[in-house]
Amino acid sequence: MTVQAPLLSAPAARRRRGRRSIFLRRPFFTVALVVAAGYLLAAIFAPWVAPYDPVLQDTNAMMMPPSGAHLLGTDSYGQDILSRVIFGARYALVIGLCSVLIGAAGGLVIGLAAGLAGGWVEWALMRLIDSILALPSLILAVAFIAILGQGVDKVVIAVGLSMIGPFARTVRADVMQVRVQGFIEAAHLMSIPSLAVVWRHVLPNVIFPLAVQVTIRISEAILVSSSLSFLGIGVTPPTPDWGLMIAEGRDFVSFAPWMSAMPGFALALLLIALSIVGDGIREEVDPKSRRGA
Amino acid sequence: MMKDMSAMTDPRQPPAPTRAPVFELIEVEKVFQIRRPGAGLRRDTVGLRALDGVRLRVEQGASLALVGESGSGKSTLLRVLLGLDAPTGGRALYHGRPIREVRAEGPRFARDVAMVYQDARGSLDPRMTIGALIAEPLRHFGIVPAGQVAGRVAELLARVGLPADAAQRYPAGLSGGQVRRVAIARALASEPSVLVADEAVSGLDVSTQAQLLTLLRGLQRDMGLTLVFITHDLGVASYLCEEIAIMYLGRIVETGPTDAVLAAPAHPYAAALRAAAPRFFEPLPEPLPGEIPSPLDLPPGCRFSGRCPMVQPDCQTRDPQLGRHGEGRAVACLHPLGAA
Repeated sequence: MTVQAPLLSAPAARRRRGRRSIFLRRPFFTVALVVAAGYLLAAIFAPWVAPYDPVLQDTNAMMMPPSGAHLLGTDSYGQDILSRVIFGARYALVIGLCSVLIGAAGGLVIGLAAGLAGGWVEWALMRLIDSILALPSLILAVAFIAILGQGVDKVVIAVGLSMIGPFARTVRADVMQVRVQGFIEAAHLMSIPSLAVVWRHVLPNVIFPLAVQVTIRISEAILVSSSLSFLGIGVTPPTPDWGLMIAEGRDFVSFAPWMSAMPGFALALLLIALSIVGDGIREEVDPKSRRGA
Repeated sequence: MMKDMSAMTDPRQPPAPTRAPVFELIEVEKVFQIRRPGAGLRRDTVGLRALDGVRLRVEQGASLALVGESGSGKSTLLRVLLGLDAPTGGRALYHGRPIREVRAEGPRFARDVAMVYQDARGSLDPRMTIGALIAEPLRHFGIVPAGQVAGRVAELLARVGLPADAAQRYPAGLSGGQVRRVAIARALASEPSVLVADEAVSGLDVSTQAQLLTLLRGLQRDMGLTLVFITHDLGVASYLCEEIAIMYLGRIVETGPTDAVLAAPAHPYAAALRAAAPRFFEPLPEPLPGEIPSPLDLPPGCRFSGRCPMVQPDCQTRDPQLGRHGEGRAVACLHPLGAA
């Protein structure tokens, strides 16, 4: 759980240090950030926020519509949906963040290698990435799950591996752009060793665009992991996962629509909020627009 | 090791045993293999002679201006001088030894020969502060102990006329003139004995140009720098450099002391360049007729014969080489001006 806090605080600190008016200039961004922060807090403090145990089955309150006792209703096992949605945010965010980090790390390594090596190494790596990109990330994740088996950790690895392709592609594009720049030649002219040039000059110039990509792709990772659960091959019941909850409520959608609708709504709201936050960060952290101190 | 290195690279004590010039180019050729234009899908390549029989000597402490039109091979010559490209023919020597060899040996050459890029902004990492950019060569070459890096950065900034607080800023926050100063400060950080500058003042407004030129001239005098300055501005060349080399289509067509060459050019191309410079209170001079020919199909004989106003019949059959022409001058022309 603790990995989330430093990850989100770094861009936040940069924003604060820059122009203070960003929250006023981008009202949608501000609202989305508040929503995303709300999800994060709910996920971190889930045991204290949730009114019930998410896996407590109450046979006296099965398929109850939203009411005072159960704000979002209960499901077919009598489990409180609000509590399950709150605990589900934990799984969604952990899976989203961890798998994106796996994808970004793998993509960084492959993209750097391809962009810097050139020649047949680059050709081989990019053909590999092309073949991976030919399949949608969901299909690829299904394939990895088939190899790895089910479970939260397996979902993280499967989704992470399936996201390496797009990350590698963007990193390679950035590397190609950076390595022809004057300052790289100037560093070589200064006879700085190649590894030091990569570490000091290439990496910082590709890691910032990559960090922006990470914020944008978290939502995609959450969506893929929820889709896996919805298909019944992601996390195992009774884990409170949104995709799983939507799947469980599917059979009852005509007379108990809240069972699928509530987790679906939670998922949609988080994805929209994360997308807006990611776009806002991307527009703010453009290296060309960064001035002076 | 360190002591040994500093003794060899100290600009005030040039290596005594060899009196070899800093740079010596002997019949340097550089041919690029490129796809034949309009070849379609065929793979046949054709040699592009970017440099063709260049002879040049740069003595210790000299200041040389390389002048020529776009496409005359100035930048290629520069890359050969810096050891970034190997000449395909002839020899390029640094203190009497092949440049590529000296360069491969270690950081000594890199420390000794510093470069100011034409695209000064592009030559600075946008993610680093000015202070970090100037500190990089200081640390890399071990110029000063780690504790004194900040002080030396401030010293260098002061020397190029930038405020000390510029060290905390990023290149994006500086103006074009300030970025050039940073590039010069960075080049000076390694305490070089040779400074190579590619169009270091072009594209700046005139007052900034004047400041930078004064700065460079002062540095050259105070530090005994050997200066190789690429420019297309004859005024800049005559202010900054004692010697001039005029290039045309990959060959040096005239060299000599700047004042003498500009006062009485011997090569018709040098004369045309001289005449083409706009002057106050006079109508614009007639431009040179025609375009610079493609280096892919050089005219037979003298490469300038197609545009030369004083072309003679033998110019189209014989290719003139750079030969002595008076005191310290050389010209590649069969019928130099002022000789007849």
